[in-house]
Amino acid sequence: MSQAVPTTPDIDAPEGSRGDDTKAPRRTRSDKAARRLTSKPASIIAICLAVLWTIPTFGLFVTSFRPPTEIRSSGWWTSFFSTDYTLDNYSDALFSGSTSFASYFINSIVITLPAVVMPITIALLAAYAFAWIDFKGRTFLFVAVFALQVVPIQVTLVPLLTQYVDWGIAGSFWPIWLSHTIFALPLAIFLLHNFMKDIPRELVEAARVDGAGHVKIFFVVLMPLLVPAIAAFGIFQFLWVWNDLLVALTFGSAKDVAPMTVRLAELSGSRGASWHLLPAGAFISMIVPVAVFLGLQRYFVRGLLAGSVKG
Amino acid sequence: MDWLLEADGVGQKLGVMLVAILLFVVVMGLILFFVDRPKNTPRWVVVTAFTGPAVLLIAFGLLYPGIKTIRDSFYNRTSDVFVGFDNYVTAFTQDEFQIVLRNTAIWVILVPIAATLLGLIYAVVVDRSRFEKFAKTLIFMPMAISMVGASIIWKFMYEYKPASRPQIGLLNQTLVWLGLEPQKFLLDAPMNTFWLIVVMIWIQAGFAMTILAAAIRAIPDDVVEAARLDGVNGLELFRHITVPSIRPALVVVLTTIAIGTLKVFDIVRTMTGGRFETSVIANEFYTQALRQGDTGLGSALAVILFVLVVPIIIYNVRQLRKTEEIR
Repeated sequence: MSQAVPTTPDIDAPEGSRGDDTKAPRRTRSDKAARRLTSKPASIIAICLAVLWTIPTFGLFVTSFRPPTEIRSSGWWTSFFSTDYTLDNYSDALFSGSTSFASYFINSIVITLPAVVMPITIALLAAYAFAWIDFKGRTFLFVAVFALQVVPIQVTLVPLLTQYVDWGIAGSFWPIWLSHTIFALPLAIFLLHNFMKDIPRELVEAARVDGAGHVKIFFVVLMPLLVPAIAAFGIFQFLWVWNDLLVALTFGSAKDVAPMTVRLAELSGSRGASWHLLPAGAFISMIVPVAVFLGLQRYFVRGLLAGSVKG
Repeated sequence: MDWLLEADGVGQKLGVMLVAILLFVVVMGLILFFVDRPKNTPRWVVVTAFTGPAVLLIAFGLLYPGIKTIRDSFYNRTSDVFVGFDNYVTAFTQDEFQIVLRNTAIWVILVPIAATLLGLIYAVVVDRSRFEKFAKTLIFMPMAISMVGASIIWKFMYEYKPASRPQIGLLNQTLVWLGLEPQKFLLDAPMNTFWLIVVMIWIQAGFAMTILAAAIRAIPDDVVEAARLDGVNGLELFRHITVPSIRPALVVVLTTIAIGTLKVFDIVRTMTGGRFETSVIANEFYTQALRQGDTGLGSALAVILFVLVVPIIIYNVRQLRKTEEIR
């Protein structure tokens, strides 16, 4: 839906490209001065709020490096006076038998990659047909696909699970891949269709006159132009699948296929012996999305906006 | 071929993943290859090849299960006896479910308003600050973390120890520093629902801020300048210029967060498991349908969720369309 969102926010726009010189050449010098004047108290409030927002995460981060006995007996803020940090929690969380997050981490990767590639590919084909091939019932079919976005995935879970059990594939990776693919399709098709529609008709017509078939037009003419759209949706879908709990819990709670989120939620509910590994485990699962976020912020925001109504 | 269904060990799992992707690529490639082979393929073949996989999957995975769930919501727990509206009556009248509905209502009212308000304040303040980019990144970060991760972060914030022992959670420590009694934040109803809501607000405020900041930046400079020349001061400027100008963006933010909040599941599941009177519809659906095995009641809850979400989404899409036209 990025087409429809009123403004393209880029939270990482460089300071210089702000309205100051490009968008509003008429801005006067006194106005700039006024801006600078207001900036000091605003800066202080902004920094205070940002710090306040970060404290919870920072606290858990510090906790994850503290020895188990201290995690259970004192607050993380006391640890600044006794610098007794250790990486043991991380190695324990990853490899010790009670948690073995390493294998759940692998599961997360194994679940996520196909669950991103499959819906994008299928949606690209469908979006191409909806955008550039005339056929009977096209509008109806497209509207139907778009409308199915409103179905919350909760509505589909039980019948799907029954079906997977009947087929004998429950408990493997296949139901998780299939489900994520299905749930992503309406939004992916809608988004990619919008981007394809924006590509000038002459470009496609010219290729057709040259005798290019649909497949050639699709790969040679359209694909290069679609890269930003695919990237935006790809990142959104990646984070959605990586961070998902509901689908994973429903179709993949078995140890062999469960992703990190399932294991973390389970561990969080218990007060067992490995409770102190929770902070380290949480950070292991967060590394990937945070890295994606910091590295690809611009695409990330776009993807997020586009996917914000997803069921 | 058993390992395709029961992958064991890192190698096999990655193997299955590669096989799945390769299989998929080959099938898709074959479809495209045969469609393009003869120069004059009938159009319906092309259309079927391009839209077929998507339409088939959506029909199988969204349309059919949706209809099945609506049917099941009128049947008993094993979906073999028709019970009319019984499940809905249960969901709306029994005490424990009334708490669920009440909680859902509190969530869906508080979260969008609080998150949007915070986001708006932050968007205004941060626009004038020097550390704009850095501050925005920090506020926005919770959006990237999974809700499970966020819940764990806050579980440690809310951690409770009796007053006689040193506190582990920062919030209780703050209470102790202020000379107050430590609280069992997650156990004591009804306040525990509010503490869960804080987590969602913490996550969503960054989203609100990002969109509203962009909307504020899009207000034409001459409008602001003209108002300034007329002697309008900061607060009036905010009320009469800024807020009306970004109204469409405000609506989009409010509705989008409301939709997300209605379907909130991860936070409740991870922090309390829905116990201590904190359950919401999305969590109760999971408990009833997949833990208690009550397909009828679970389906009814899912349908209620569906009915609540649809009008908000329709309104949201319309609003998006409108802002599109204006632009």
